[in-house]
Amino acid sequence: METFVPSLLNGVIYGLLLFMLSSGLTLIFSMMGVLNFAHASFYMLGAYFAYTITQSTNFWFALILAPILAGLVGAGVEKWGLRKVHANGHVAELLFTFGLAYLIDEIVKIIWGRNAVNYRIPEALDFTIFRLYGSDYPAYRIFMLFVAISMLVALWFLLKKTRAGLIIQAALTHPHMVGHLGHNVPRIFMTVFGAGCALAGLAGVIGGNYLVTEPSMAVLMGPIVFVVVVVGGMGSLEGAFIASILLGLLQTLAISVDTTFGEIFGFLGLSGTSEVGSISIASLAPMIPFLMLVLILMIRPRGLMGDREF
Amino acid sequence: MKLMKSAALAAAMALVAAGASADTLKIAVIDPFSGPFGPSGDAALKEWTFAADMINAKGGIVGQEIEVIGYDNKVNPKESLVQLQKALDKGARYIAQGNGSAVASALIDAISKHNKRNPGDEVMFLNYAAVDPSFTNDRCMFYHFRFDADADMKMAAVTDWIKDQDDIKSVYIIGQDYSFGKAVAASAVSDLEAKRPDIEIVGNELHPLGKVKDFTPYVQKIIASGADAMITGNWGADMVLLVKAAISSGFEGPILTYYGGSLGAAVAMGESAVGQVKAIVEGNTNLETTPEQNAYIEAFEAAYPDNNYYYHRIHNAMNMFKMAAEKAGSTTPKDVAFALEGLEYESPYGKITMRADNHQLLQPMFVSTFSDNVKRGVEDLPLGWVAGDEDRIEAEATALETTCNMERPAK
Repeated sequence: METFVPSLLNGVIYGLLLFMLSSGLTLIFSMMGVLNFAHASFYMLGAYFAYTITQSTNFWFALILAPILAGLVGAGVEKWGLRKVHANGHVAELLFTFGLAYLIDEIVKIIWGRNAVNYRIPEALDFTIFRLYGSDYPAYRIFMLFVAISMLVALWFLLKKTRAGLIIQAALTHPHMVGHLGHNVPRIFMTVFGAGCALAGLAGVIGGNYLVTEPSMAVLMGPIVFVVVVVGGMGSLEGAFIASILLGLLQTLAISVDTTFGEIFGFLGLSGTSEVGSISIASLAPMIPFLMLVLILMIRPRGLMGDREF
Repeated sequence: MKLMKSAALAAAMALVAAGASADTLKIAVIDPFSGPFGPSGDAALKEWTFAADMINAKGGIVGQEIEVIGYDNKVNPKESLVQLQKALDKGARYIAQGNGSAVASALIDAISKHNKRNPGDEVMFLNYAAVDPSFTNDRCMFYHFRFDADADMKMAAVTDWIKDQDDIKSVYIIGQDYSFGKAVAASAVSDLEAKRPDIEIVGNELHPLGKVKDFTPYVQKIIASGADAMITGNWGADMVLLVKAAISSGFEGPILTYYGGSLGAAVAMGESAVGQVKAIVEGNTNLETTPEQNAYIEAFEAAYPDNNYYYHRIHNAMNMFKMAAEKAGSTTPKDVAFALEGLEYESPYGKITMRADNHQLLQPMFVSTFSDNVKRGVEDLPLGWVAGDEDRIEAEATALETTCNMERPAK
């Protein structure tokens, strides 16, 4: 219990951070049918923009401005880059976003340097909010939870309850019909792409100081975001949500399990001191996302909630 | 004709190359200058450069000017070998490296191969921080010299300190999952068993190197285990993030580190870590010392305002290197290596000796504590590291037995 409750809370927060990142990716995928390899780069851009903005103003400005900036960059990329490449098919688009990811990486290194920047939690949130089984719980984490949930509610409301959401949903599946009805489909695409990038940017703003802001953060986060989208089902927001929380929980909970293979499979004669027997569940935590990816693709290729095969 | 032309060109180029390498005495620093461990390598490169500048200002070594060149290896052993080849091609015959024993291990193999194949053109390895004990034991090599205490020596110092802390009843060991982290854990277990058999080791855990972004789950486990103290050999971002998580989650016992003084750690730890985080080091900037050393520290921090004087061992390495070269009257690695064996140097913090039997430096060590009562702070904070007389471990006391059977070349 002592490790379970805090782990549960941490897992949910990490999961929500993952969802913030992957919701944009999955929206863009269902709209354009292309995986945006540069998506995690917008997460990184969000963190770096926030760092620069906090240097001259404060964190609260950054919280609003940095995602908008990341979104504008994203919209620009769609308008002047992806839209032109779109005519040449999916492979060209995929390669375009692949190249873009490297480009953003290098630009970040040139502007902000190769090392971690000192992007810190605002002082107003740098205190202990409550004690949980002997360990302090930082207020900033609860703030992250709050931001993530607000974003979740806002996104749900926008997509399901407003007219704009209705048009976006229609454009996702029937772009030609929506076009014939007189809506500007390319602009809808651009807006959705920008909004997806802004969400990734927001994740960067609140994740950058909670973790570390450095040029390799996109490369480290990228693969996990793809796992979320594939496990949840391509293009399914609900699926991405479930997969994010599941992944967050599994990864954090696994670390607190010290049981070794030897103890689990002891009845099969596996000794706790042998090479395989001495591996503990905790040491497997970093590979759990990828194990899930492989298993899902084998057992249920369309993902948990997806309606099309990858 | 064409052949003649290219032959002449090749000869001319060889001449240019030879000319370039004769000018300066090149020291290639092969370390990470980017990525999660970038700050560690970068800080070290600055200290190598500064130490070289100071010596150059006084006329260099045996009339030769020292040139320090950095090669980014991204803490990757394979990449390090590529960089080593680049350094050798540039004419460097002195290789300095410190971040990562996995890298040092690859470099030792490559350099020993190079030296076997190229008699008369040997390369020397100045190891200032890769502390896997095997480098000065089973795997010792004549051209390898270590200027930092090895993991076992540091652990002996840490456990000597724990021995006298009666209120520590349980200890949690956490480290990075590679040769160094394993060496730290193994020596912690065996040292504690010998010195304080009553202490219970409530956890012994390895985490992936440089991959963990949030250590909170690990820290929660440590707190739940009820450990009175934590021992870690972590360095770079792994050290900073672990301590950051431990402090913000309210771990209350002492945190015994090897590299608590790493760049960025003080900012992340803040006031709340005062008195709690300890680091086993060969010196800190608040120790009583000579006016020359104080001036040296101030000059370094003035030259590199973003950094603090941390790697005192680089200062030692450079000065002993100079002494050895002058004693030998030559800058050839073989002559310098023979001169370094058994060399004694009056360092600002006491006498230090390079062991002849395994090429491990013996120097006084200090169990430093993070404090808010300091003359010289770090990272623009009023916080820094202090050590009293009782925290000093004499050089001779840090010596351990060695299994090294050194093969020396003919003089």
